Amino acid sequence: MSVGAKALAIGCATALAIVLVALYIVDFLAATPSTVKAASAPGGARLTLQTVASYGHSPHPDWVSYLVQDGGGKWHHTTVFKVPAHSLVHVTIYQYDTATGLRNPFWSQVRGTVGGSMTVDGKTMNALNPDLASHTFAIPDMGISVPLKGVADDAKNQCSVAPCPLSQAHTTVTFTFRTGKPGKYRWQCFVPCAASFIFGNGGPMQSPGWMDGYLVVA
Amino acid sequence: MASEALPSGGPPERVHGRRLFVIWAALTVVGVLLIVFVAGPHMPPGNFSQEARDQRHINILLAALAVPVLFGVWTCLAYIFTTFRQGEGELQDGPPVRGHPRLQVVWVVATAAIVLSLGAFGTEELLGSAKGAGGGQGPDPLAVPAGQKVQVQVIGQQWAWTFRYPAYGGVETSQLALPEGQTTELHVTSLDVSHSFWAIQLGVKADAIPGNDNVAFVTPRHTGSFEIRCAELCGLWHGHMHNTGVVMTQAGFAAWIKQQQAANAPATKTLPPYSTHYFPDPIRRAG
Amino acid sequence: MRPRRLVGFNLLSATLLGVGGYFLGHWVGTRLSAGMDSQIGTDQNDVAIFMGFLFALLGWLIGLGFFNYPLARMMGRPPSLREKEEAGSGRYFRLCTDHKVVGLQYFVTVLLFFMIAGLNAMFIRAELLTPNETLWNANQYLSLVSLHGTMMLMMTSAAILGPFGNYFVPIMIGARRMAFPRLEALSFWLVPPAGLILLSAVALGGFPTGWTGYAPLANEARAGMDAYIFAFGLIGLSMTIVGANMIATVLTMRAPGLTWNRLPIFVWGVLCTSMLMVLAAPVLFSTLAMLTLDRTADTSFFLASAGGSPFLWDNLFWFFGHPEVYILALPGFGVVLEILPVFARKPLWGYRLAVAGMVGVAVLSFMVWQHHLFVSGINADLRPFYMLTTELISIPTGFIFLNGLGTLWRGRIRFTVPMLFALAFFSNFLIGGLSGVFLSDVPSDVSTHGSYFVMAHFHYTIMGGLVFALFAATYYWLPKMTGLQFNEMLAKVHFWMMFVFFNFTFAPLFAAGMLGMPRRVSVYAPRLQGINIFVSSSAFLLGVSMLIFLINLVYSMVIARVPAEANPWASRGIEFQLPTPVPVTNFETTPVIQSDPYDYGVPDAVPVAALKPVAAPVVGGGST
Repeated sequence: MSVGAKALAIGCATALAIVLVALYIVDFLAATPSTVKAASAPGGARLTLQTVASYGHSPHPDWVSYLVQDGGGKWHHTTVFKVPAHSLVHVTIYQYDTATGLRNPFWSQVRGTVGGSMTVDGKTMNALNPDLASHTFAIPDMGISVPLKGVADDAKNQCSVAPCPLSQAHTTVTFTFRTGKPGKYRWQCFVPCAASFIFGNGGPMQSPGWMDGYLVVA
Repeated sequence: MASEALPSGGPPERVHGRRLFVIWAALTVVGVLLIVFVAGPHMPPGNFSQEARDQRHINILLAALAVPVLFGVWTCLAYIFTTFRQGEGELQDGPPVRGHPRLQVVWVVATAAIVLSLGAFGTEELLGSAKGAGGGQGPDPLAVPAGQKVQVQVIGQQWAWTFRYPAYGGVETSQLALPEGQTTELHVTSLDVSHSFWAIQLGVKADAIPGNDNVAFVTPRHTGSFEIRCAELCGLWHGHMHNTGVVMTQAGFAAWIKQQQAANAPATKTLPPYSTHYFPDPIRRAG
Repeated sequence: MRPRRLVGFNLLSATLLGVGGYFLGHWVGTRLSAGMDSQIGTDQNDVAIFMGFLFALLGWLIGLGFFNYPLARMMGRPPSLREKEEAGSGRYFRLCTDHKVVGLQYFVTVLLFFMIAGLNAMFIRAELLTPNETLWNANQYLSLVSLHGTMMLMMTSAAILGPFGNYFVPIMIGARRMAFPRLEALSFWLVPPAGLILLSAVALGGFPTGWTGYAPLANEARAGMDAYIFAFGLIGLSMTIVGANMIATVLTMRAPGLTWNRLPIFVWGVLCTSMLMVLAAPVLFSTLAMLTLDRTADTSFFLASAGGSPFLWDNLFWFFGHPEVYILALPGFGVVLEILPVFARKPLWGYRLAVAGMVGVAVLSFMVWQHHLFVSGINADLRPFYMLTTELISIPTGFIFLNGLGTLWRGRIRFTVPMLFALAFFSNFLIGGLSGVFLSDVPSDVSTHGSYFVMAHFHYTIMGGLVFALFAATYYWLPKMTGLQFNEMLAKVHFWMMFVFFNFTFAPLFAAGMLGMPRRVSVYAPRLQGINIFVSSSAFLLGVSMLIFLINLVYSMVIARVPAEANPWASRGIEFQLPTPVPVTNFETTPVIQSDPYDYGVPDAVPVAALKPVAAPVVGGGST
């Protein structure tokens, strides 16, 4: 092989390696759910979420998921939310999934919210029958855990494709919590809600962007 | 194997041996003194509980025993490198010594003696003086510290620790508090996959295995707080599965548990009866 | 290249059939699992994925031509090893039964995957610069950790036996080939699909279990777990084949005069490793098969609430897993003890003790596995027993140190690059071994178990031990294999950087572990950030040292191409008495071994082997 050919071969191989590494970083490592900033509200922010029994789109149409609404009212399929530090966050969750029941009834109590309570369809409550829980919205490092009441199994007009409109069967849960110092806090669901997976804890329960995410307090 | 007879150069074996021994002995004495008196008092896991103290003593002892071995090999290597070098551009052979039966026997006997006494010592510590040393011992522990014990159940689940106090109405809390100066009997179990309960400063580690009751004992020596982390890979939020625990005075603990009973009353009502283990339901729920 | 040559049994057809096979298998699997509850509604059909991998593997092997021979034999055609006689560089990209070709194929493949796994380590260390998740999210981080661990374990299992075992064991025992050349080729050609399938876990959502694959986390993990199972299973298969082949070769194909106490110590190391592989790897394979059934056919081997037990996985996995770490360590022992006499210009000191050490380690390694379960809550009564057996292993390991020191003592040491790596092995492995004493002692293990202490410990033994031995072997033998010299300056820079930054990277991690940093976390106590920043910076420089090796390899083997002498190290080893490049048949006639290869300094030593014995074998006398 001539010197030029050798140099060309090595150059090509190096370039290929760099391209592959870059693809690896971009495709796999950088492919994290995008961040949605909560709409601002008096005293802090307003975070509007919905949970759906099945996302209905590629890549995982059967997976249960959270969605978030941005300030403009558009629904996004992500679980990374940005809220301001040292302020109140008013959360509204439209809950379209049916109940699964908690594995550990400890999470049936509302904890860490302002007043230690939530409203379910307008009714103030501080705990839920653990069998009625469909999901929880929990940020363990902030001591926040709110059980979300499921839609009745026999409810009519159930939603199966996200984003779900308010015209379909749902329960509305609202609560307020106070954020502390800036940081990145994980949040998750404690109901074994991943249908068909062993322990109900596989798939969406293990995947940021579905039933797990981050609350970026900044 | 008369190596002296061969043209290998240098002083006779005895001189090398004496030099080596002196260097090694000096380094070892300094090293051991440093380990015991300088590093020792700061050696993890510290002094917080009886178990942590026992572990620290053992860590100091093992480190002190490691020093002579470490310096023994390092000294030999360093001595060899500086003494037995091939000159630049030379290619000479060393003496064709193929072994030294007596040295080999001495080495085997010495290492065996060290190892066997380590084994015996470890067993004595584990079952005798250190009483399990804070490690999880399974459902029927062999080494049980004497005296009255507070029972606390540690429940791992993906991805949080909760704690249950059967003597106080089975209340479940998200924070672990222990009374000072009293032996606590920790029953570690899991609701889904394997976790491992690690109370770092208390020197406690016990795996949380679904369907198993893993008992560990700990006796905190003073009040203060300690970190809890999960030490067995348990999925997505494994790294986030941490918590801060507190050791309180006996009176403080009594007040705290009463407050917890009140605060967690709504959840306590719905909890299943206390059991040493809970079987997670593996049934795959359709749709 | 003429397009005609692309048609046939070669890498191209293997790749095409492999990819096609995956889709065919996936389709078949989807059909097969149509009525299975466990696969409905999960958007991850494990049955289809496994069938896809299986068909891909079959397509790959068909494309390479592995079925030609059995089919030909079934049709009554005579056996032939025609592939062996082929010349030219094309044979490196095809099924080839020449053990020297397989050795080089192994070398390049293992190195490639080794670099990928190392790259993942860099990504892991980048994340650990901060105590909370910054660069990657938790799922990506765990996938990186799992890919790094699994890939490293898979590749280092074959790192010395694959390239150097395959290349040099037949030569060292005076044979022309391995006992089963086709199995030898098969053992290699299972490695690339294993590596690629493992990497495909990335596309399947990653897997969160680390290389230990603990059930029941592995039961509920995402589809990337299937890739782990299949890839690790392939490596288990490959290891079993390599082991059986090596044992058969060493037992039956030694040249006349090669008695057991003349066998090069490297071959002893390979033999002991092979015994471990044959006994341990099938356990891995069957354990993974159980997990496969759990994930596909809805069995419950590892589910406590349905009659299974997570402890079953722990026991079976570590019954393989602990011998596995000695599968990694023993070839390293063999390599350094083989290299020391050459550069100390002295016979191997205490040959029988070295053999006893390796055999002792191999035997004991099957009796220690429950030391991984000291605090697991399994019946604890046997803890003293496992504590003792674990500590006993340090006796035979100590033999190797005595051999090393004895060989060096009064030697005439040449500090060549392979020698530097071999000497560093002793320093690193010593630290690894001594830290192992802490882990074997139950009270001390309570605080160190599952922490960075363990992580530092096994990196000292595997990276400090095996990988340093691997580089010693590379610098020692690769010039013989390729006929080309390494650039010595770059090699020395590589060594010193690697040695210094290896220690800077892993020594502080003992402290991190003791101070409360669990393994495999992307979130740690902020008080440990200082240590982690130091470690990460060292790790990046350790990565740079690997890059220097890579540059040296490409520069020396592709660009500069300075021919190496046939015996650059003035070694007495039989492999260095052969011309470079080693002829396809190795020896013109069967050689007669006349001594062990360590007769340095013996005044009228006979050559290690009579390569062209004139008449009847003359043992112990002079020769041509």
